[in-house]
Parts: sequence; structure tokens; C-alpha cells
Amino acid sequence: MSKRSHRFDIVVGLAAFAAMAVAPAVTSNQALFDLVIRGSALALFATSLNLLIGYAGMVSFGHGMFFGLGAYGFGLIMQRTSMPIPLALLASLALAAAVAIVVGAICVRLKDIYFAFVTLAFQMLLYSLITSWVSFTGGDQGLRGGIPRPVFFGIDLAKYTHLYLFSSALLIIGLLAMRHIAESPFGYSLRVIRDNAVRASFLGINVWRMKLAVFVIAGTFAALGGAVMSLFVSGAYPEFANWPMSGEAVFMIMLGGLGVFLGPLVGTVLLLLLNDVITRFTEYYGLALGLVILLFTLGLRKGLLDFAVDLVRRRATAHGALPTEVAHE
Amino acid sequence: MDIDPLIGCLLSTACIVTHATSGLIIGLLLFLVAVGLTLIFGVLKIVNFAHGAFYMLGAYFALTIVQFTDSYLLAILGAAAGTAAVGLVFERLFISQVYGRNVLMQLLVCYAFVLIFDDLVRIIWGSEFRSMGMPELFQGPPFFVAGGVVPQFYLFLIVVTLAIAAALGLALARSWLGKTVRAAAINPGMVSALGINTELLYGLVFALGGLLAGLAGALAAPVRSLTPGMGFSVLIESFIVTVIGGMGSILGALVGAILIGLIRSFGSLGFPLFTDGLMYLFMIVILVVKPTGLFGKPVT
Repeated sequence: MSKRSHRFDIVVGLAAFAAMAVAPAVTSNQALFDLVIRGSALALFATSLNLLIGYAGMVSFGHGMFFGLGAYGFGLIMQRTSMPIPLALLASLALAAAVAIVVGAICVRLKDIYFAFVTLAFQMLLYSLITSWVSFTGGDQGLRGGIPRPVFFGIDLAKYTHLYLFSSALLIIGLLAMRHIAESPFGYSLRVIRDNAVRASFLGINVWRMKLAVFVIAGTFAALGGAVMSLFVSGAYPEFANWPMSGEAVFMIMLGGLGVFLGPLVGTVLLLLLNDVITRFTEYYGLALGLVILLFTLGLRKGLLDFAVDLVRRRATAHGALPTEVAHE
Repeated sequence: MDIDPLIGCLLSTACIVTHATSGLIIGLLLFLVAVGLTLIFGVLKIVNFAHGAFYMLGAYFALTIVQFTDSYLLAILGAAAGTAAVGLVFERLFISQVYGRNVLMQLLVCYAFVLIFDDLVRIIWGSEFRSMGMPELFQGPPFFVAGGVVPQFYLFLIVVTLAIAAALGLALARSWLGKTVRAAAINPGMVSALGINTELLYGLVFALGGLLAGLAGALAAPVRSLTPGMGFSVLIESFIVTVIGGMGSILGALVGAILIGLIRSFGSLGFPLFTDGLMYLFMIVILVVKPTGLFGKPVT
């Protein structure tokens, strides 16, 4: 990608952060801040999954494993050692990356539905480890007793505003980093692999190594999301590593749009709002969510941002203008 | 985790017989679900992620029919017919729309139905655990084989499921429909060009898959507690079975299912909390050693 558009991304990121930073001065709506913190955790998770699905064409159905790993890893490190938060964060990411290397080495050779289900099986293995190793993880009850938050660099995450700003900052940094990766030559190699793996390998791309690399990167960022979530709920629960977590992430991507970088972010916000509305009106959450998923998959047939981008493109061509580069796909 | 009970059991024939029988039961029921999954995948090239729902529906259908008619035999037949119908409708209305579309869409449509079916069951039958109770016919004293206990119902299950497996294998190998199904798995375009209605065939295969899973649910109902969401763990297990045995192979599904059943049964002695984990580990080992599964053909 050109230096200019990279700089543009950073400016957008800084502007977004500035907007989020002034929000507490304007409003004191607790629900909004909750949404931003939860949203940060889940958006990091969903966007990282889209690196796999949208860019590399690897439909993982076990990505929740890394979200859970981040949450438990971070929580356990904070509870059992006296590491400062930034170091614990890095350590939990390193743990997730190490696991991703092992799991990825086994999985990335597999294709399509095999890949989806074997990643799911690994996730369920982690899930059964978490629920059965009661003395270490707290089993079904989850990691309780709160996560200590020692002050670092003057940041006190026990204060709600600090936590809010910290999550927002991690979200922006994470998104910028993933954007940079997606637009790098590496990111474009992934697109080639997605579209035609045979051609990619004839072009001299080491497909296996590339896929493993993106699997590890995606797992690491998912763990970052998990760590943010564990800070938010001050604990970790087996549900973080259970299969519906992966299902929801896949749906968040689909909801927002696969073909646009910010699609998963939009999808995350939509799903969180949707959750709010659904739970207010009915106790049958699954039924309502299932119907919404059907509406998108069989009705609209693409995510909202994909839909919008297509619409803009079609307009542009209809007016005789050359289709400009709206999205990068 | 304590390994002693497992070793203790392996030293006594009575205990081996008891646990081998219960492992066999788990495995054979699993086979009925997994074989449908593998057939649907073989012919339609779709992994029916909602397949566990048929198992669940079969169990609940059987429960209701038993409550109304008091006949377990009717319950089995009714549940199988009911899930076959659900399967047919599900395929015609929804799955048929995602043929040839990417895996993501197929997964999502099925995922939606996992959620929907679970909640429908919750609405109709309630969220609490339900149990059917042992049918009167099988309430007699158990058999004793080499000191091990084998309940009458278990024997019934083994005979019925093995008979179904044999009939299925024979029908696929010999009957006209079986041959057509196998042909459609290899080259649907040619089958269609020869004047066979492949859409109908797809619907039938899906209905058959639903029927077998529903049958498994109905057969399992007397010995399992019924709960919304009971289908999911079965789905995961049957997928593991198909991966171990090899996608598309019926013999593989049978062997894989029995292996998983035995692992669950004996594993619960030594590692009661980690039985699921053992299964995943076993699958991973198979995948590393032989990625196409025990009886799978290499994917081209």
C-alpha cells in the first residue's frame, strides 16, 4: 500500500480515538461506555477472524479458542503473578501465538469444511480442558475472585474512564495494525491464495507458511480481544471458549461485510445492539438471532457494508464514471 | 485424574463386558447420526451442521408419542418419519439455496437452524431436563455375560442398529437407488443428464439422513436425558467420527463410531472430566498420522 493511504489510516484512527476520548466529557451514559468496551473486545476478535476468512479464505470455526485463551491467559497471569499489566498482556498474547503455531501447523493444510471443523475440535478440546481443570481455571464457574489491576504509567484500570480509554486505544491500535497487515504485500499474497492457491504456489508463494502466519497473527489479535474482555468482566468464563463464541464471530463478519476492512467492526456493533433489542423483547434469543441470520444469508446474501459498497459502485458505473477503487477487493 | 479405576476395570472381565457394551451402545447410536452426515456430505457436498437437531427432534418426538400412545415401537417409527419429513423440508426450502455457495454461507444457514431448533424445542417442550423412562417391554432383568451386566434394552439397541447398518450398506451397494446415490456422489452432472431427477435425489438423501438421526434420537431417548441443545455434542462427536473413519465412508463411520464409543466408555473411568478431551485428542492423532481418516480415500 502507498505511504499516503497508510498515513490516512493513522489519521482516521487518531480522529476516532479523539472522538472516543471526548465522549466522557459530553455524556455520562454508562450503557454507551459499556458498549464501547465490550465492542472493542469483540471487534478485535471479529476483525482478526476476518483476516482468516475474508482475506485468506480460511473459514475457521474455532476462533473462539484464542479469545478464550487470551481471557484466561491474561486473567491467570494477573491473578497468579505480580506482572504489570502491559507485560501480562504481552505474555498472554505470546501464549496464544504459541498455541496458534501448534494448532495451525496441524490445521492449515486442511481445506474448507475440514479446516472449519478441526479448528472447532481444537476449540472444544480447550473448552473441555477449561471446564475439567477446576483447580487451575475454576471449571464451570469461571475464573473468579476478580483480576487485580495495579496502576501502570499512571493508568488505573480500576477507574472506569481509564478502562474505557484503554480499551478504545487497544481497539484502534489493533485495528491499525491489522489494517497494515491486510494492505501489506503479505496481505495481498493472502488474497492470491484465497482466490487461487495453485497459482499462488506457482508464483513462488509458500502457501503453507503464509497460511500458518496469518493463522498465528489472527489468533494473537483474537487473544487481545479476549484480554480486553477479561478486564471488562474482571474474570474469565468457559463461554468465552465455547463454540457459540466462534459462531457469533462468524456471523458478526457476515453481518457487517467480509469485503470491507471495517465490516466486522460494523457487524460487532450491530450484533451488540441487536442483542440488546432481542433480549428486551423475548427470552428466545436463539430463535430471533437465527431468523436474523437467515434474513442476511438467504435474503440480503451479503453483509451491510458489502451491500453499500456494491450499491455505490453500481451507481458510479451507471453514471458512466469509471468504477473507482472503493474497496480493495 | 486417577488412572487406578481404569486399570482395575481392565483386570476384571465383568467390568470389561459392562463397559464394552455401553461403549458399543454409544458408538452404534453415534453411527446412525454420523452415517447420515457422511452420506449427505458425500452426495450434496455439504456438511449439515444442523444434523444434531434431527437427533434431538427424534428424541423429543419419541417422548411425545410415548406419552400419548404408550407404545415405544410407534414412537420409534413416528420419530423417524417425523425427522425424515423435517429433513426433506429443510433441504428443499433452505439448504438447496446454498448449494455451490461458499462454506461460510452454508455454515451460517445451518448455525441459524441450530439456534432456531433449540429454541423451538424450548418453546414446545420446555428447557428443563426430560426423561422418557424405560419402555415396559425392556424392564425385565438384565443378562449376565461373563459376570458383566447387559440390560435387555442394550441388546435390543445393538441388534437394531447393526441391522440398520447392514441394511443400509446392502441397499447402497446393491439397490438401484443406492447405485444412483453413489453415482450422484461422484458425478451429479452425468446422473442428471441420464434423466434422473437429482434434486429429488438430494431431498431423499437429506430425508434419509434426518431419518437415521431421528431414529438414533428415539433409540437413545430411554437411556439419555432430553434437553434442548442435546444435539450439539452429538453433532461434534459424529463429525469426529467421520473425520476418524474418513468422510464419505460408511464402514469408516461404523469403525470410527465404535472407537469413539469405547473411548468414551472406558475413558470415563480414568478421566471422568476429560472424556471429551480424549476424543478430540484421538481425532487429532488420527489427523496427523492419516489425514484422510482410517478408511477415507485421498482427496484430490
